[in-house]
Amino acid sequence: MALRTLLTRKILANSPLGTLGFRGLQTFSLPDLPYDYGALEPAISGDIMQLHHQKHHQTYITNYNKALEQLDDAVAKGDAPAVVKLQSAIKFNGGGHVNHSIFWKNLAPVREGGGEPPKSSLGWAIDNHFGSLEVLIQKMNAEGAALQGSGWIWLGLDKELKRLVVETTANQDPLVTKGPNLVPLLGIDVWEHAYYLQYKNVRPDYLKNIWKVMNWKYASDVFDKECP
Amino acid sequence: MSWSSCGSSSVYSLSSSILVANDPSSKLSKRRFTPNISQPGWKQRRDSSHNNGGVSKVFGYYGLKSPPYKLDALEPYMSQRTLEVHWGVHHRGYVEALNKQLEKNDIFYGCTMDELIKVLYNNGNPFPEFNDAAQVWNHDFFWESMQPGGGDMPTLGLLQQIEKDFGSFANFKEKFTEAALTLFGSGWVWLVLKREAKSLAIVKTSNSINPLVWNDIPITSLDMWEHAYYLDYRNDKAKYVNTFMNHLVSWNAAAVRIVRAQAFVNLGEPKIPVA
Repeated sequence: MALRTLLTRKILANSPLGTLGFRGLQTFSLPDLPYDYGALEPAISGDIMQLHHQKHHQTYITNYNKALEQLDDAVAKGDAPAVVKLQSAIKFNGGGHVNHSIFWKNLAPVREGGGEPPKSSLGWAIDNHFGSLEVLIQKMNAEGAALQGSGWIWLGLDKELKRLVVETTANQDPLVTKGPNLVPLLGIDVWEHAYYLQYKNVRPDYLKNIWKVMNWKYASDVFDKECP
Repeated sequence: MSWSSCGSSSVYSLSSSILVANDPSSKLSKRRFTPNISQPGWKQRRDSSHNNGGVSKVFGYYGLKSPPYKLDALEPYMSQRTLEVHWGVHHRGYVEALNKQLEKNDIFYGCTMDELIKVLYNNGNPFPEFNDAAQVWNHDFFWESMQPGGGDMPTLGLLQQIEKDFGSFANFKEKFTEAALTLFGSGWVWLVLKREAKSLAIVKTSNSINPLVWNDIPITSLDMWEHAYYLDYRNDKAKYVNTFMNHLVSWNAAAVRIVRAQAFVNLGEPKIPVA
């Protein structure tokens, strides 16, 4: 009997989606980058990519897992104040994990299509809504540069209204905090750690260059799925 | 008719306003300033308004204050490179941005920096100029909160007050460090003297907010924006904060500030100076 439980637990523990803990709590691990750290040069340096992925994103995941375990505990004990208190840590670290996971997929080396402008439905939607791709990029760069402190600049899709939107979020708030129907297509991290080593405080240069490695294919895929 | 929302007295006078009057009859306007550009605090004034028919239109500009030590004086704990970029580019950038915004109209003319921050904060609904003004003040305060050979412990009255409000200096240090490491996003950590409560407290603020907006008196601060430590420590925040506590924080500056605060907040019963 005990042996069987041991075996089942071991199988459960190594599921591809995450590691199941004792009570079936799913924890998370750092997703691999679909390209080398140096593959996005010269737009984003290999140093930054490595730090950003291995240190910053990993820290968010570690702290998210910790917060989840504490939350699980608090929920099991029925400790309502503790549950509420943990919300900000979950939002911050969980948001950090969600946002960065999208971010890595938003970028691609030039030789794999990074920087190639969007075609077909997403391209048309952009032209319809913003006038042209250049106008959209200008708008996102302006809002990204004007963002005070830390945050993200997003190109999102309102799946209810079937419209494209440009939004900023503060700190690690995911796009959904700006509207429950918003689906992120592209996000640009404008926290200083995303560009400081290479661009220092010249965030506008970082924003100008990141479009050269933007993976519009991913955005198109997400868009097509929501707006068939 | 222009009006000013400033004019009341304030606790500190850390501002360094440079007034240039454009009165044709005044000898001052005839003199051309040719400042040494490499010297901080001077900026060639662009003479944008000439003939006003003799009516003087006054501009107030804020200047960039230098840290009270050379840029390499905090090595190896805070590199010269960091000071060059953090002070020379970020801080200077805030000053220039603020001046550009204030140029647009003169309703904020005549304020000291402290008053300006309170006015711009507008009780939680800040004007667009707030961010730049507050960051100028915050960085002035921050450079003065550090010194070469800093760290160690406060002494005399300041230490007594810390022990009174935190139990022990070690406990204060732990709480301050914890606050710094649990700050989400960009912001600052402050040791403040709360006016109402008449006691010291540790406060975390986001982005550019500082305790002046709540009418409290800052005693020392730590910049937790990434640009403050990224060049030297990358993402190792803990190392940065510990280095600040052990080697950079100026308890002398903090002591001066709390002495001054006692002119406005009675810390002893009866009126016995604590520091």
